[in-house]
Amino acid sequence: MSSTNPNVKMVDSHTGTATTGHEWDGIQELNTPLPRWWLIILWASVIWSFGYVVVYPAIPLVSSFTTGMFGWSSRGDVAAELNSLKALRGPMVNALNGATLADIEKDPKLLTFARAQGKAAFGDNCAPCHGAGGGGSKGFANLNDDDWLWGGKLEDIQATISFGVRSGHGKARDGSMPAFGRDGILKTAEMSQVADYVLSLSGLPTDKGFDKAAGAKIFEENCAACHGPEGKGDMALGSPNLTDKIWLFGGDKASITEGLTNGRGNVMPAWVDRLDDTTIKALTVYVHTLGGGK
Amino acid sequence: MSLWQKHAIFEKNSIILIIGVLIMISFGGLIEILPLFYLKSTIEKVDGVRPYTPLELAGRNIYLREGCYNCHSQMIRSLRDEVERYGHYSLAAESMYDHPFQWGSKRNGPDLARVGNKYSDEWQRQHLNDPRSLVPGSIMPGYPWLAKTELDTNHLDQHMSVLALEGVPYSADMISKAAIDAKAQASDEDPGELTKRYPKAVARNFGGRPGVVTEADALIAYLQMLGTQVDFKIYDDKANLR
Repeated sequence: MSSTNPNVKMVDSHTGTATTGHEWDGIQELNTPLPRWWLIILWASVIWSFGYVVVYPAIPLVSSFTTGMFGWSSRGDVAAELNSLKALRGPMVNALNGATLADIEKDPKLLTFARAQGKAAFGDNCAPCHGAGGGGSKGFANLNDDDWLWGGKLEDIQATISFGVRSGHGKARDGSMPAFGRDGILKTAEMSQVADYVLSLSGLPTDKGFDKAAGAKIFEENCAACHGPEGKGDMALGSPNLTDKIWLFGGDKASITEGLTNGRGNVMPAWVDRLDDTTIKALTVYVHTLGGGK
Repeated sequence: MSLWQKHAIFEKNSIILIIGVLIMISFGGLIEILPLFYLKSTIEKVDGVRPYTPLELAGRNIYLREGCYNCHSQMIRSLRDEVERYGHYSLAAESMYDHPFQWGSKRNGPDLARVGNKYSDEWQRQHLNDPRSLVPGSIMPGYPWLAKTELDTNHLDQHMSVLALEGVPYSADMISKAAIDAKAQASDEDPGELTKRYPKAVARNFGGRPGVVTEADALIAYLQMLGTQVDFKIYDDKANLR
């Protein structure tokens, strides 16, 4: 590389651009400086960063870091935002908290607010099991009809949402269908007879020539304690009404036999530790007004 | 301008140039990463976080194997909307035994950092088997083989001893009883010494099949534990602002 006098401005004859003055084996380097707008942004960013360091947490020290002029923190920020949200909702939340569930349903303004809040909470927390519209699916109860396992009154719904069903919470709804087949309480033939009897309770088609009297006897001895002598169920035990043609696990003989064999005991989580009281109240009203509330 | 001319020494000596480049690019790492290892305020002590039980660890391995992290994050950010939907924002301590962490950055599905106890085991089983049977609009693929595949517990102890090298406090006792604990946690029977080794570990038949420990058992045990270890009733938010 040969060095030329930097004070003499060399211009490349081909492009008309000044060269850097460096030359390698006769090849010269064009001097094309960075665009001015680019340099302005660069230096503005450098200057801005000094301001940032002063205002925001920035420099790590020995056991902590510089906290900046206003002590900003992302966790403090979210706490402040949650507080302002609380303040925004405050009047309506207070009104909700102060009113009984029945009063909320009577006051159109409160009802609208509760249903809106309930719907939002339902979407994320309840819809995965009960369906977006509360229609349920096999094993997960339909909340639109007026058939309730644990009661369809406001207080019943509130208790079920709060503590869940077989959730392990101390106040959870508890009680499950025993596994009559697996535990050897009933023989296969007996299960078949009682399954047919259960089908006959709601007028569904049964196997031809099944022994209704025998089925009724097995029902009385094994099932009536929970489902009642007429099979109408008992909400205190969560035992479903077997006469209404509404089935949680399916109303064909195979599904009923499966339930008899292995028992049934689906779980609903307790929400009392996850959702606040206001949200549970709003959810209660929302579910109650889905269509089937009692 | 004379200072600006000094770069000639870099341009003329490749070794000096390489050393100079290394020093410059290491600044970013040194300044941004190193302090996190010693700053007291970034290492928060939180009660309740314990290492994964062998069954949960096996479930976590299935979570990695099936690529769940491609669509699910495990990191509730400290933003209002996230806290409103998912619950308390994630704490660093909650993933302290994760190697590697599963924070993720893609959310085709919801965040799973606090999915534990949110839905029932039966829901998880059915949802893993066929997501659209429960959530009609879901785009999650089904994982029906999990419930059919018996869990391989043979290498759990080896995995745990490697994690112990990385700083997870697994004792020799925990490692030697890995397979026993994994089976005990997946059953409705009394789990024995499991809760002595892993406080508050929950044992039940997660996968639903009696007498056999499946991959569904492991994955559901892992999912049902996520985000449940820290008791936020006693966690002091104000003392941990940062």
